[in-house]
Amino acid sequence: MNPRSTNDAGTVTLLVDGVPVRAPAGQSVAAALVNRPGAGAWQIRRSVGDAPRGPLCGMGICFECRATVDGRAHERTCLVTVRDGMEVRTDG
Amino acid sequence: MADRVVEQAATAPATTAPVERVELLVVGAGPAGIAAATAAAGAGRQVLVIDDNPAPGGQIWRGGGPAAAERAVARLAASGAVVAPGTAVVDVGPARRLFVRGPTGMRWLEPRSIIVATGARERFVPFPGWTLPGVVGAGGLQALVKQGCDIAGRRVLVAGSGPLLLAVGALVAERGGRLVAIAEQADIRRLARFALGLMATPGKLVQALGLGRAVGSRLLPGSFPTAVRATGGGLVVSVSSGPAGSEKTGDLPCDILACGFGLVPNTEVARALGCRIGAAGVWVDEDQRTSVAGVFAVGECTGVGGVEKSLVEGRLAGLRAAGLAGGDATLRAQVRRARAFAAQLEKTFTLDPRLARLADDDTIVCRCEDVVAGRLRGFTDWREAKLLTRVGMGPCQGRVCGTCTGVVFGWAPDDVRPPLVPVPVAGLTTVPGS
Repeated sequence: MNPRSTNDAGTVTLLVDGVPVRAPAGQSVAAALVNRPGAGAWQIRRSVGDAPRGPLCGMGICFECRATVDGRAHERTCLVTVRDGMEVRTDG
Repeated sequence: MADRVVEQAATAPATTAPVERVELLVVGAGPAGIAAATAAAGAGRQVLVIDDNPAPGGQIWRGGGPAAAERAVARLAASGAVVAPGTAVVDVGPARRLFVRGPTGMRWLEPRSIIVATGARERFVPFPGWTLPGVVGAGGLQALVKQGCDIAGRRVLVAGSGPLLLAVGALVAERGGRLVAIAEQADIRRLARFALGLMATPGKLVQALGLGRAVGSRLLPGSFPTAVRATGGGLVVSVSSGPAGSEKTGDLPCDILACGFGLVPNTEVARALGCRIGAAGVWVDEDQRTSVAGVFAVGECTGVGGVEKSLVEGRLAGLRAAGLAGGDATLRAQVRRARAFAAQLEKTFTLDPRLARLADDDTIVCRCEDVVAGRLRGFTDWREAKLLTRVGMGPCQGRVCGTCTGVVFGWAPDDVRPPLVPVPVAGLTTVPGS
């Protein structure tokens, strides 16, 4: 699925756990995740002990914002720039 | 088990990875790495710069920054140095050979010399609730906002220690956030002495005042968070103010707590290369040479001191790595001044001993493996605790909890072990091709 045709210039659409999320081009995936409506508390994933977690360091150190991006596990989403059609899984 | 990919490596087939020879490899594209690469490439050396991040600039110049930052990045681009973004060091082989992971896969780099410019990260102090979403680093918030996280209308409490807090407060105001307060653990006497010391470096005074006007009225010296809890409408942070024995505690509601207790040098790559570590960071001589032949270190990884220190150390090392001895007197004097400022920073923002006691038994210390403080008490060192509790064995490889256990238990970090960053199974079993 490629939702490119629905986008204005400068905006991309990624699929987060199967749900389309629009984000300005150039943003990090972490930003797109915390800016989702409803992600009020900046939660991105759950820890090994099943506690809610969000980004901490913003600079690739802590791995708290990690997700599976286009099939690549453990990507630090603060270091990855959004791309149109990108698939992100936060449950991996 | 998704976090433990590395353990499956033994069963994967071996493959070969390409080897690339480079004259000078610069690890890190922050101000120090940029200055080093620009100076060496300007002297005709073939330079490759690698960095984890999608673009050069490091943390302080992320997404542009001041005019000086843009000029520095432009000079780097024009210098002939090649920049490889999104590229991390995974392992170090014999003879300064580095195994790196980039967007196109894994490869070995064989540099004739190396300049380590790996910067610094935030020091975190664990306290009840610090793992809740919405609790981020202070520098963490700065980085996240610059990469697009929206804080408009959000109530932000900035806390921790160091000059960075003022910059973060200013950024919050600039991006439409509501700055609740800046809780600085250093007390007013230390801050006043530091401000007087800045008179010796006018550039820094102007910098401090410029930021201070926007955020100064919100500064709470001698204050730190003791606990945070989530409520339906956001976070509530308990903040302690005042000297030990006569402190007052109050609750401050907010949406985001941006909390970092100064910076600690990133020494992993230097340690993997065998470089000696000193009290402030990677040990270097007056020409930025480390204890390992052919390896230099510059900027925050040699001791946290700010962007001016990074720029002069970077330039000096770049010239030395290129075999040039020019600019000695001025450049060396600048480096000495920058290092003196770093020492002053360290003294002013020394952590209050009360911070080491904030974690209760149920407070998570190792966020990757969810190891609580209660499980770590009783161990005498990091290595023993690691073997028996998995502290520090998750994807961050102890980068966060290693500094936490340093603050809480006084433990020194263990040896660096590969991989320095987690890699896919296939990547780990590659061997150098010809």
